[in-house]
Amino acid sequence: MSKYKCPDCDYVYDEREGCEHEGYPAGTRWENIPDSFPCPDCFVREKPDFEPLDEK
Amino acid sequence: MSQTMTDSTKIEISEKDQRWAKIKKYWYMITFIVPAVMLASAGLAVYTGNGAWFWSLVTVFYLIIPIVDTIVGEDPYNPTEEEEKELTENDAYYKRILYVATAGQWLALIATTYAVTQYQWTWYEILGAILSIGSLHAVGLTMSHELGHKIKDRGQVIAAQICSACCGYAHFNIEHNKGHHKDVATPNDPASSRMGESLYKFALRELPGAAHRGWELEAQRLKRLDKSFFSPSNELLQSMYVTILAYGLMTAIFGLMALPFLLVTAIYGMFQLTMANYIEHYGLLRQKLESGRFERCQPKHSWNNNFKATNLLTLHLQRHSDHHAHPTRSYQVLRDYPEAPQLPHGYPAMMALAMVPPAWRYVMDHRVVEWAEGDMSKVNIDPAHVDKMFARYHQPEASAA
Repeated sequence: MSKYKCPDCDYVYDEREGCEHEGYPAGTRWENIPDSFPCPDCFVREKPDFEPLDEK
Repeated sequence: MSQTMTDSTKIEISEKDQRWAKIKKYWYMITFIVPAVMLASAGLAVYTGNGAWFWSLVTVFYLIIPIVDTIVGEDPYNPTEEEEKELTENDAYYKRILYVATAGQWLALIATTYAVTQYQWTWYEILGAILSIGSLHAVGLTMSHELGHKIKDRGQVIAAQICSACCGYAHFNIEHNKGHHKDVATPNDPASSRMGESLYKFALRELPGAAHRGWELEAQRLKRLDKSFFSPSNELLQSMYVTILAYGLMTAIFGLMALPFLLVTAIYGMFQLTMANYIEHYGLLRQKLESGRFERCQPKHSWNNNFKATNLLTLHLQRHSDHHAHPTRSYQVLRDYPEAPQLPHGYPAMMALAMVPPAWRYVMDHRVVEWAEGDMSKVNIDPAHVDKMFARYHQPEASAA
């Protein structure tokens, strides 16, 4: 399970948690998120802009 | 991005400006003036029997505030990184101002509806009340805008829905965040105005376009959640119910006359937001990249103004470049970008100017051309005016030389 960070507002998409409010349940893989997915917090960056976070 | 941020905070700050920075916190409460003026004028109209008082707020908005702006001038203060941290940590105070103001908006709307419907007034006195409530809604939607960006804070999101409900603008917050911010300064955005497009032509594109996009976005979200459009989770309907309940109650208590008054003022309130959208990105265009996506929204894609009085009143909405570059930043930490496109006056004065399309074009068109350095292919132009604009202004070589 990986995490991806919005480069603008630091929102993190965590595959473990998904993004329930936007209709992507916990466990939704990043590759199953559409390219048009905007950051659900700032809405100015989209999936292709997100940066993968290394697991610590 | 972070480069620009540090640059703008390195400017030397004089002692006078430091004093201003310390007391500015309290000056945000100036925003309470709007519902207070509305309440006081409705009270005075009833007390004196003179309905001319209903014209107070619209006069303050379009005449007094621009005069104050001209006299008081610009706001030199940009928070340093250290101050920014402090301002963000003391967020509760700034949030409370918004909550109190939201309550004030509703109170002023109810009191004015009572005053208008329970006494006899001439048509022009009622017109004054409609225009003044329009100004009240304009500031109300500014509050709602600020609250609606704080997606992570449930309290502020609910307050935004209640605030938008004041003028029945249920779709505003969703449409604004997910629609306008995503597509801003592109031809795809119904809420970004094009060069050559008059305010009225823009309104006919923006009002239905934004409504359609807002409801459509919520419908898509509910579909992903496998929920019905009419499910209680529909955030637009939640806000709509508040409006229906409040307008229904006022009509039941104050009589049938309340309903047309509320509906007309609500539509005029929405038109006030149209005016704000019209002036915020006029003609500015993000370029399309090879990937087919638009370049990211940068400070140069918004019109700004740094007048002190209107910046306090609109919660720094006029520091629009910083807002669009970083929409989750709270109003108290927004910074001025002197290098970003600048409007010659504050939002209220520019809105008044936009109502007279030839005057607006006279003031703004050459500013857009200068912004694009004479290259009209870099401008968001109304398709009906493309040929005319190119013939008149297109001189990319002249500025390159």
